[in-house]
Amino acid sequence: LQIFEYNGSAVVAMVGKNCFAIASDRRLGVQLQTIATDFQRISKIHDRVFIALSGLATDVQTLYQRLVFRHKLYQLREERDMKPETFASLVSAILYEKRFGPYLCQPVIAGLGEDDKPFICTMDSIGAKELAKDFVVSGTASESLYGACEAMYKPDMEAEELFETISQALLSSVDRDCLSGWGGHVYVVTPTEIKERILKGRMD
Amino acid sequence: MECVFGLVGNGFAIVAADTSAVHSILVHKNNEDKIMLLDSHKLIAASGEPGDRVQFTEYVQKNVSLYQFRNGIPLTTAAAANFTRGELATALRKNPYSVNILMAGYDKEAGASLYYIDYIATLHKVDKGAFGYGSYFSLSTMDRHFRSDMSVEEAIELVDKCITEIRSRLVIAPPNFVIKIVDKDGARTHAWRQSVQDVTTASV
Repeated sequence: LQIFEYNGSAVVAMVGKNCFAIASDRRLGVQLQTIATDFQRISKIHDRVFIALSGLATDVQTLYQRLVFRHKLYQLREERDMKPETFASLVSAILYEKRFGPYLCQPVIAGLGEDDKPFICTMDSIGAKELAKDFVVSGTASESLYGACEAMYKPDMEAEELFETISQALLSSVDRDCLSGWGGHVYVVTPTEIKERILKGRMD
Repeated sequence: MECVFGLVGNGFAIVAADTSAVHSILVHKNNEDKIMLLDSHKLIAASGEPGDRVQFTEYVQKNVSLYQFRNGIPLTTAAAANFTRGELATALRKNPYSVNILMAGYDKEAGASLYYIDYIATLHKVDKGAFGYGSYFSLSTMDRHFRSDMSVEEAIELVDKCITEIRSRLVIAPPNFVIKIVDKDGARTHAWRQSVQDVTTASV
């Protein structure tokens, strides 16, 4: 019983020119059986910060609820939204709190920071942050995603081209992973708008 | 070999569960009702360890009643499902309950809904769901014949198809099933499907 591969997931985030894209697959499975094809893995923390959690679905849901709670408290106290770097540090701290009984998730965080500069990072299940300038991946399809993103990525893409690139990278990677797929969910975030799109991929 | 499954139709939700209480090779009884009425418009069909199943579902039922007493209005199905998930999630890393739940309910605003709640507290709103070895047969049968907004007659036909499939294809298939329905008029037992009945002997 591989606990990180129990539910199946694929998550990727990419940086563009003053924008970012974050994408995930839509499958919720229990080992070999598919339960649902519309599982939400990407959550909005606020208009400029998104988090996608891969790994065990129950911890994805618990962790998401805890993070939204913490951000709402922050908003009440500071009367502003959290910066993406700060939010990443918060997630890292919350994960490390459970160092000897961890949440079995690997988050991918993407946001627009000061001056609309895009920020992405990923971390392991105990909060070890990995910042990147180009793309970050997570989930059961992560190895395929690394390859696909490395091949397709180029710096300073505009929102439309970024959407095409991240979608192709996601769909081609999940097609090589039996535990993830059944469509895709992509958010492309620019300083002025958030565009949410559902991808139709191979439904198997 | 516990089989629980359910689906959502046009303004109603149906859940069916087998009714065998089994201990190793012995069948204690074959008319055990595993679908509990949570309140007037909610059903909870549970499968798993017998002690946990009864204790946990009764706990949820009493808390749902308590909310109604305290606040004067009943919980929505979504709220009850999230409460159940919260209890399972809290207990997960201390004293886990081995209970899988399908919660069906009817709300005036949201209509009929069905929630899939795993024993490790994965929550998802679904149109059709199933647990146990029977799920390998009932999910596929429902995938083939399910359409959104079916009438009660069509849904019962589909439930019967699933029961037939389970009876013919599952080794040690449970002989008896109970079918319960929830719609705007409330939650109630719809039918039993019995192929083996308890024989009462004359007292000596």
